[in-house]
Amino acid sequence: MIIKILGSGCKKCVTLAENARAAAQTAGIEAQIEKVTDMAAIAGYGIMSTPGLVVDDKVVAAGRVLSAPEIGALLKP
Amino acid sequence: MGNLFVWLNDQLLRMQWLSDLTTLLVRDGFGLDTAQPLGGSVHFFIYDVIKIFILLSVLIFSISYVQSYFPPERTRRILGQREGLGANTLAALLGTITPFCSCSSIPLFIGFTSAGLPLAVTFSFLISSPLVDLASVILLASIFSWGIALAYVAVGLVLAVLGGTLIGRLKMEGQIEAFVFQSPVSDHDNDGKISRRERLRYAKDQVLEIVQRVWLYVLLGVGIGAAIHNWIPETAVSALLGQDKWWSVLLATLAGVPMYADIFGTLPIAEALVHKGVGLGTALAFMMAVTALSLPSMILLKRVVKLPLLLVFIGIVTAGIILIGYIFNATTPFFI
Repeated sequence: MIIKILGSGCKKCVTLAENARAAAQTAGIEAQIEKVTDMAAIAGYGIMSTPGLVVDDKVVAAGRVLSAPEIGALLKP
Repeated sequence: MGNLFVWLNDQLLRMQWLSDLTTLLVRDGFGLDTAQPLGGSVHFFIYDVIKIFILLSVLIFSISYVQSYFPPERTRRILGQREGLGANTLAALLGTITPFCSCSSIPLFIGFTSAGLPLAVTFSFLISSPLVDLASVILLASIFSWGIALAYVAVGLVLAVLGGTLIGRLKMEGQIEAFVFQSPVSDHDNDGKISRRERLRYAKDQVLEIVQRVWLYVLLGVGIGAAIHNWIPETAVSALLGQDKWWSVLLATLAGVPMYADIFGTLPIAEALVHKGVGLGTALAFMMAVTALSLPSMILLKRVVKLPLLLVFIGIVTAGIILIGYIFNATTPFFI
């Protein structure tokens, strides 16, 4: 599973990445976490506010730092 | 009631207490006369820096809290339901409560356009967003007066509405890079899920982020302001930018267009210029030009629109600012 964090590299994005890693670990999912920092690439996902969370190329959240349990709920098939 | 308002205005907004304290510090602490250039500059610098940072923090905190109710996705939804001049006006108004940074204008532009919002509405929003925001209104009221602050908002909004409408009339949709239209539209705003604690945290984070971004510009702006205020002779300033010089507004606007600075850094310069006898319209035109247009934001915009549309945008906004400058200069007596 590939999880992407969309954001210009602010503190919020770092927190979101950490939460995503923790959520994947808890759920026992092998996840690769990538950061997307280019503004045009971020806009290419259709979001206007960062940080954005993308799971397997699908936007699941934008504009908010989700907690690890919240991300965990999104990772479940 | 009237006296209470004056007192509140003087102490909270103009921070008379801070000015008095600074005078004490400069006079008794440093042994400088505030009527002399050196003492005057030191006073201007200390007082303005502290005042701007206090107002900045308080204002951004409150505005960010309000903003957390209007993420761009929601703004886009609200705007999508309107048409015509109403949509332009609403876009200009919503522009005043959305984030100040011109760096967020590209994702907004792509997001608005790909969702099918008309160019007119998007540009009204793009013009108003950096130009008019609640923080700058309060700062203007603090440094100048409420009359000037309200007049600034009014002309800023009119410029955004008319500028956007005009750009819409020109039917330049073909001047937008094709990839913009192909961008997907995602509608996650999570608004309902945000708790009050999260909103407060968001507001606090915004204050830290913006202070980190603008502190240097504020120090620079106040420094330049202090220098103009006390060292540059009034005759030199008025020879270049005086009320009686027909080119003053033109020159101030053209000088301000390529510059990048926050409104918080530009205000002290405008303040010092007005003290030196520069027309209010000239100073405001300089401020508007610096905040509404800048080289970095043009380079960013160039990635999503083609050159003709970019030039039209710059041309319309510049012409609008120059016009506003001359109107303000001609009607200044009504505001003071």
